[in-house]
Amino acid sequence: MKVQSARKSVAIVLALPLVLAACGGTDDTGSTGQDEASSDSSGEQAGEEGSEALTLNVMDYYTAEPDNTFYQELLDECGASVGVSISREAVPGDQIVQRALQQASAGTLPDLLMLDNPNLMEIAATGALTPLSEFGISADGFLPGVVDASTYEGELYGLQPITNSIALFYNEDVLAEEGVEVPQTWDELRSAAEELTDGDRYGIAFSAKADFEGTWQFLPFMWSNGGNEDNINTPEVAEALQLWADLVASGAASESVVTWGQADVNEQFMAGQAAMMINGPWQFPVLAEDPSLNYEVVPIPTPNTGTSVVSPLGGETWTVPDTGDEARMAAAAEILKCMNEDEVQLDLATKRQTVPTKLSVLDEFVELNPNMEGFTEVVQTARARTGLLGTEWPAAGARIYEALGQSLAGGVDPAEALAQAQGS
Amino acid sequence: MGAVTPAKPRFTPNRRTTLVQLGFVLPAFVYVMLFFGYPLINNLNMGFRDYTTRSFFTGEAPWVGLDNYQAVIGFQYFERIVFNTLWFTALSIVGQFTLGLLIALYFRRQFPGSQSLRGVLLISWLIPLIASTAVWRWMLDKDNGVINQILESVTPLSSGPSWLSSTSLALVACVLVNIWIGIPFNAALLYAGLQDIPKEVYEASTVDGASSLQTFTKITWPLLRPTVTVVLVLGVVYTVKVLDIILGLTGGGPAYASQTLATQAYQFSFEQFEFGQGAATGNLLMLVTLFFAVVYLRLNRRSVDE
Repeated sequence: MKVQSARKSVAIVLALPLVLAACGGTDDTGSTGQDEASSDSSGEQAGEEGSEALTLNVMDYYTAEPDNTFYQELLDECGASVGVSISREAVPGDQIVQRALQQASAGTLPDLLMLDNPNLMEIAATGALTPLSEFGISADGFLPGVVDASTYEGELYGLQPITNSIALFYNEDVLAEEGVEVPQTWDELRSAAEELTDGDRYGIAFSAKADFEGTWQFLPFMWSNGGNEDNINTPEVAEALQLWADLVASGAASESVVTWGQADVNEQFMAGQAAMMINGPWQFPVLAEDPSLNYEVVPIPTPNTGTSVVSPLGGETWTVPDTGDEARMAAAAEILKCMNEDEVQLDLATKRQTVPTKLSVLDEFVELNPNMEGFTEVVQTARARTGLLGTEWPAAGARIYEALGQSLAGGVDPAEALAQAQGS
Repeated sequence: MGAVTPAKPRFTPNRRTTLVQLGFVLPAFVYVMLFFGYPLINNLNMGFRDYTTRSFFTGEAPWVGLDNYQAVIGFQYFERIVFNTLWFTALSIVGQFTLGLLIALYFRRQFPGSQSLRGVLLISWLIPLIASTAVWRWMLDKDNGVINQILESVTPLSSGPSWLSSTSLALVACVLVNIWIGIPFNAALLYAGLQDIPKEVYEASTVDGASSLQTFTKITWPLLRPTVTVVLVLGVVYTVKVLDIILGLTGGGPAYASQTLATQAYQFSFEQFEFGQGAATGNLLMLVTLFFAVVYLRLNRRSVDE
């Protein structure tokens, strides 16, 4: 009995490698990589005949409605006009770069890849993207910030149909009630925020969160004062941080700004807990849920009268990864062109309450969308986050939010906080 | 048939037993190597390489020796991050374990509704972490959070503390939430451990006239020791690597006040794309876990030896 059971186990053990090998075998034949490869080749054959069976893989991060539907429809329409069908995958925003990197190492990159514009250089630097000049695409006539954000080492790697930025939102009723003028300079912002602070209501809300959201909100203050991200240990940046520190120290802004993301800031504004806020046009649909809320949008106040605001350029850029399949890459480039037609830009920007990136359509856009006038003005001088430092941007951006936290929550003097962060 | 009656046994019974034993170990060994060994070795290797976004595409990651470790340890907040990790773990474990033990002892007595209440207790463990942290973030808000509203109404404080945005309280807030999340785990395991203690021992102690304190120190605690060790080892390992709770509550901020090795590794790898430094930080985290594991295993062995 004992011997028999022992024998049985030995048999099982000896069979194990076979079982494992069998598993490995099914894995190999059943892998999606093979499937894709075979459909690729059939696609290519069809491509030679008339590219009708070609299905392009597209990846973006528009998981939420209504954007999800907008982009699905747009891609389907462009696909139809180019003569290909679209297989679109939307992944959560914080995962898209990781997914793209995984796909790059596995050789399964999509044919059309959307990236948040400050990530483009990071990915372009890996060699995973195709220069758009190969398809005869140029960014002539696009906003300068857009061109900067999508250009790496002199080559254009992406096109961005729409853009956004941030501006100052204010509650019209509250300002009228308190008899406060809309602030245009930093001094006016300080005093307006203090005057508007009353009981449970703060004068202003913004995000100084310990991530790139906080950095993004601080940039217009830093840049408009002549500060730069390559060295934040300068008086220009310190003055900008001093403004934020003053707003928090005087109680005109909540100490919680260091934990609020932009959605939290918007909630505070909607709940009447903040009379003004720094935010972007993607909040318009949320703000519209409360029809009793009267608000207006103006450019972020500048250090002095006469200086113009320099805001960070937002929005997503679309790229053609280097998949090695010429036919598919060419088709993807056609889709990219289609997405940047004047009419498409106008339509998409109107639907999503963002700004088109072609200079030639801006006037028409403002006529159609008077509420977007402030943002349209802002994005024309908007600056790309990666414009100055390229792939060094993430490290520089982290230094900025580190200094924000040190100063606003840690009570460190702004100049010292910036010096510390720059030194690290 | 021929296999059952071999003319000449090739294996002596002893060697056969060894083979059988190895055979039982093999599946586990293969599993561990495939799903734990491979990623672990890969991570160790990555920590010595300049692994960037480019490496994913080209597959090239030059060997840089200890550069990543130097960068991680030389980071100006490294000391604070290590202390945060230790404090976060120590305070969380003490809180979770003490409250978990008290609750387990309380529920040992049967009373009307005790069973359903025990079920309710598990809820905080069942809610997805990211959801419960989001709710806690609301409750801990300085101005509108329910916790400060209660504090303001029952205490003379005019405004409650800024739980999440003060450098002195952010870590405390993370610890409090982590304790709340960890209580059911501790209570459930300790309750099970208590059930294993034979009733006769307690009956004997009652006959001998032992006080309830004596019953606890002389009977409950010694007999619960093996469970306690398991709960603590698992607790430390689970706590030291906590990422989602801290990311959801404070994001490691403000000003690194609640940054731990786990959140720092995340920041290196997925915010700054310094995968080599992220891996190095992760390896340091494993060292910390290993240290605790060895300490507790030794304690465990000693208690068994006794």
